[in-house]
Amino acid sequence: MISEPLVQVRDLVKEFDLRRTSWRTERATVQAVSGVSFDISAGEAFSIVGESGCGKTTTAWCVLRLIEPSSGSVRFDGTELTELSSAELRDARRRFQMVFQDPYTSLNPRMTVGEIIGEPMLVHGATRDEQRDRVAELLEQVQLGADASDRYPHQFSGGQRQRVGIARALALSPDLIALDEPVSALDVSIQAEIVRLLQRLRDELGLAYLFIAHDLSVVRHLSHRVAVMYLGKIVEVARAAELYTRPAHPYTKALLSAAPIPDPLIERDRVRIVLEGDPPTPTNPPSGCRFRTRCWRAEEICAEVEPPLVDIAEGHRVACHFNLWS
Amino acid sequence: MSQPSTTPLLEIRDLHVRFAVRGGQVHAVRGLDLTVHRGEVAAVVGESGSGKSASMLAALGLLEVNAAAAGSVRLDGVELLRAAPSVLRGVRGGRIGMIFQDPMTSLNPVLEIRRQIAEAVITHQHVSPRQAEAKAVELLEMVSFPDAERRSRSYPHELSGGMRQRVMIAMALANDPDILIADEPTTALDVTVQAQILDLLRSLRQSRDLAIVLITHDLGVVAGLADTVHVMYAGRIAESGPVVDIFHRPQHPYTAGLLASLPRLDRPDTELTPIGGVPPRLYEEPAGCSFAPRCLYAVESCTQMEPILQRVNESLVACSVLPLATSTTEAAR
Repeated sequence: MISEPLVQVRDLVKEFDLRRTSWRTERATVQAVSGVSFDISAGEAFSIVGESGCGKTTTAWCVLRLIEPSSGSVRFDGTELTELSSAELRDARRRFQMVFQDPYTSLNPRMTVGEIIGEPMLVHGATRDEQRDRVAELLEQVQLGADASDRYPHQFSGGQRQRVGIARALALSPDLIALDEPVSALDVSIQAEIVRLLQRLRDELGLAYLFIAHDLSVVRHLSHRVAVMYLGKIVEVARAAELYTRPAHPYTKALLSAAPIPDPLIERDRVRIVLEGDPPTPTNPPSGCRFRTRCWRAEEICAEVEPPLVDIAEGHRVACHFNLWS
Repeated sequence: MSQPSTTPLLEIRDLHVRFAVRGGQVHAVRGLDLTVHRGEVAAVVGESGSGKSASMLAALGLLEVNAAAAGSVRLDGVELLRAAPSVLRGVRGGRIGMIFQDPMTSLNPVLEIRRQIAEAVITHQHVSPRQAEAKAVELLEMVSFPDAERRSRSYPHELSGGMRQRVMIAMALANDPDILIADEPTTALDVTVQAQILDLLRSLRQSRDLAIVLITHDLGVVAGLADTVHVMYAGRIAESGPVVDIFHRPQHPYTAGLLASLPRLDRPDTELTPIGGVPPRLYEEPAGCSFAPRCLYAVESCTQMEPILQRVNESLVACSVLPLATSTTEAAR
C-alpha cells in the first residue's frame, strides 16, 4: 500500500432537514451520517456494509459530492473536494466515477449505448474520433460486443446494462469508482458475471473501489477492507479476511451470523445470534453506543459513554466498550 | 418429510399459465408438477421470470385477468383450478395462508392491525367482532409481536418492515391453515430482521406441523428452512429433491450452475463461475431443452427434444445428458 491514501475522509457529517408537520413544530434534522472517517488507498477495494438506513449510501454520495456534506473533510489525492467550486469539481470528477444500483433507471433510454458510454468523454473535451475508438475499447473491456454501440438500453438484459454502466464509469480512466449495490438488482447467475468483471477490472486497471452493499458474501468476494456502519457511524473497520473470521464488534458478529450460507448441512448446525428488535431510527438515536438497545453485551456504561473507534490490531478498529476480543 | 404413501396435501399436475401480452402470449408456466406433503417445507426456487410466483398465484386463483391457467391443482384431493369462486374464497386464508414479499402494500393503511387480523378471522369463523379481536391479539403474541395488546392498535405505517411481516404471518395463520404459501417472505427485509422471521417460520412449522411453500430466489434462505427443493427454469421444474441432495449432489446442470455462481461467506477464495447467457423469454416455445443454449453439457439432441423428469437417486431431474458426472459436482463443492 502507498503511504498517502487516495481518499481521506474525516469526520463526515450529513444532516437532512425533516419536513415540519406544522408551523408550530421546531425545525428538526436527522443525521444520516454522524462523523465518519476512513481512508482508501490507490488500487484498494474498500466496502461499506450495513442495513438500510445506516447511512452507507449517503456516505458515498457525500464523498463524491453528489450531495453536499454538512461538515467534515474529503480529500482526494491531496485536493479538498468539499471546497471546490462547481467548475473545479466537474474537472476533478474525471478521476472518480459512479455505478448505480438499478441498471434499468440509470441509463437514458433514448441514447444508444455508444452515446451513453461516450458522453463523459465529450463533456471532458474529447473529439468524436477519440470517442469512437475509446468506446470500442471499453465495450471490449466489459465484454460486450462492438455491435452493442448502436443499440439502445432496452435491447439488453439487466446484466448487460450493468456492464454499460460500468463502461461509462471507466470512460475517463478514473482512479476510483464508487459502486452503490451494483449487483443487488440482478439474478444470481448474472450477479456472478458482474462480480467477476469487477474483480478483473480492479486487478487489471488498478482501480480503487468504494463499494456499498448489504450482501456480505458479495462484499467478501470483492473487498480488501470492509467498514461496518450502524445508524450513521462506523462501528468496525478491518481487512476483509480478519473482519469476517474474527469480528470484534457484537453488531458485526450478529450481522455475519444472520447472513445465510447456502448449504443445508452448515445451516442446520449453525449457532445464530438473532438480534431482537429493529434498528432504531436516526431521528432519535440512543444515547452512548447506538447499538446498545439491541446488544446482548450492553452494560450501564454503554448508555452513558459513546465508545470511540480505537485500534485493536494493525488496521483493525472497533467502537465498543466490550469488544469480542477483550 | 411425511410419508409419501398418504394423499399429498397439495398436488400440482401439468400446470400451465399463459399471459396475454401485446402481440402474443407468454407461456410462463409450462407443465409444472409439484407435490407438497403435510408438515413439509417445500422451496420453489428460480430466477426472475422462471414462473415460480405465477404458478402459485394460479394455484390460488389469484391470476390477473390477462392470464389463463390449465392443468390440475388439488388440495387434499379437492380440485382448486376449476373450483367456484366461493370455494376458493373459503380456501384462501382458510386452509391455505399466504404471505407476500412486501408487507406494506399487502396491508390496509387505514385500519388498525388488530382489525385487519380480526377481519381475516371473521371471514372464516362464526365469532363476534370482540372475540375476533381477542384472537387477533393472541395471534400477534404467537408471532412474538412485542407488547401485542397495546401495539395491536397501531397502523401499518407505524411499524417497521419486520413487524409488518409478523402481522402478515399472524393474519395468514388466523384460521389455522394446513399450508402457508410464502412468496419471497424475507426479500424486503434487512438481514438481521430476516433472521428473526426465518426463526419464527421454523418454530411455527414445528409447533403447528405447518406445511410451507417457500417461493424464493435466495438459496441461503432455502438451505436454512426447506426439506425439499424444486428448482424452476423457464416455467418448468429442472430438478426436485431433498434439500441436501440438491445442494450437495445437484444433477441438473442448471442447479449446479446456480450453486457455482453463488458467492459464499464461508468460501471467500472460491472463484465464482457464472452461467453464461440469459434465460429465454417465453414469447415462443423453446425448441428442446430450454436450458440448452446456456448449458455446458448440451449435446445436439438437447436442442430437439424437451427432456422429461426422471428419477435419479432421491431426485427428479429433467435432463437428457444424465447423470451429471459425479466428479464434477463433487469438485464444485
